[in-house]
Amino acid sequence: MTVGAAPMLQLEGVSKSFGDLEVLRGIDLTLAEHEVVCLIGASGSGKSTMLRCVNLLEPIDAGRIVVGGEEITGRGVDVDRVRRGIGIVFQSFNLFPHMSVLENVTLAPRKARGLSRAGAITEADALLTRFGLADKRGEYPDRLSGGQQQRVAIVRALAMQPRLLLLDEITSALDPELVAEVLDVIRELAAGGMTMLIATHEMGFARDVANRVCFLDAGRILEQGPPEAIFGSPQEERTRQFLQRIVAAGRL
Amino acid sequence: MKLFLTAEAIILPAALLLAVLRSLPGPVFFPIRALAIVYADLFRGIPTILVIFMLGFGMPALGLSWIPDSQFFWAVVALSLVYTAYVSEVYRAGIESVHPSQAAAARSLGLTHAQSLRHVVLPQAIRRVIPPLLNDFIGLQKDTALVGALGVVEAFRQSQIDQAATFNGTYYLVAATLFVALTIPLARFTDWLVARDRRRQQAGRLV
Repeated sequence: MTVGAAPMLQLEGVSKSFGDLEVLRGIDLTLAEHEVVCLIGASGSGKSTMLRCVNLLEPIDAGRIVVGGEEITGRGVDVDRVRRGIGIVFQSFNLFPHMSVLENVTLAPRKARGLSRAGAITEADALLTRFGLADKRGEYPDRLSGGQQQRVAIVRALAMQPRLLLLDEITSALDPELVAEVLDVIRELAAGGMTMLIATHEMGFARDVANRVCFLDAGRILEQGPPEAIFGSPQEERTRQFLQRIVAAGRL
Repeated sequence: MKLFLTAEAIILPAALLLAVLRSLPGPVFFPIRALAIVYADLFRGIPTILVIFMLGFGMPALGLSWIPDSQFFWAVVALSLVYTAYVSEVYRAGIESVHPSQAAAARSLGLTHAQSLRHVVLPQAIRRVIPPLLNDFIGLQKDTALVGALGVVEAFRQSQIDQAATFNGTYYLVAATLFVALTIPLARFTDWLVARDRRRQQAGRLV
């Protein structure tokens, strides 16, 4: 198999329950390298859980997940090694409050990638400069705006040089005027060819940036296709209802 | 003073280890968790003076040649055993107060459980429990007065001796002053530590 021939991410019949509640019911999804896929759907439809499963933060009950040709849900898989190649950014940033921006970004490269302190700082400074955060490197997270914190969280994930980036509603906790600066970062990453799986409520953004949009409903991918198709002429009744509510709320 | 400092030097790391052991995840570590729980329950349950008597009089009385018969040694052991149990619970409360999303963020970056604990969870946990740690610090310092019963001469025992020799009650006052003179600077130092962290990490005033 030649490099790049295997899909970057493959979910096959992935199911997950919390107690009696079935959150994911047989998810099948394939992402090619450089592809950007947006997950849309109501709260509780399983978007976040799906991302957490791909990052192995939640064990799955059935099915399998393959990343870059390697099954990561099998027995005896080194979860730490798998996670090093998959970045995730959370809705609530989850920066480490007791560390400066620079320490937040350099911690994992030093401890998990084995970089020297100097090497990690050089890389971190390059990333912080690229995303307009160079002057914040010595600040503590609580002194930054929400948009800045989320950009730091993205930089922290990128510092591990992941081949796949998972974004879990990363603008949902932000004030409206801060959303754009974070979405611009994602647009830049998409233009740079980063493979991304994005759970989002920002339909306009999904339409712009996604190669493909998946509508999740009650733990299933009900409908998927290019953004023009999903937003322009959805086939499923549930998708239409969902999008109508979004339009009514002025979010599209 | 020497008694108190020796014990504290043992207690702080031992209690942290105990708290960490108790927070180990998964069924594999159940026996270790269970042992840590039994230890904490036992030594928080038995009155300190009883532990001091059992060890201080009991161990040397066994007459085994390899057992130290120094009263000071057993006083340190007894206080360390009791206070490690208390202090480990303080650490544990701190560890549990750190939101799971912090550990999730650390693990998602590829850090191991130990690295996440060492660099992300424990630094936050320990900062939060500095004031209650001082509580136990002071408690320990005052309980050193209990080991006077073994014949180890600490401040309280010394004041009793002096009072008995001279019928002068002010020796008690001197002992009390000594205890407080240690406690107050420690309390202010703790306040300063907490305030410094706050200033560094948080923007602007606190409401």
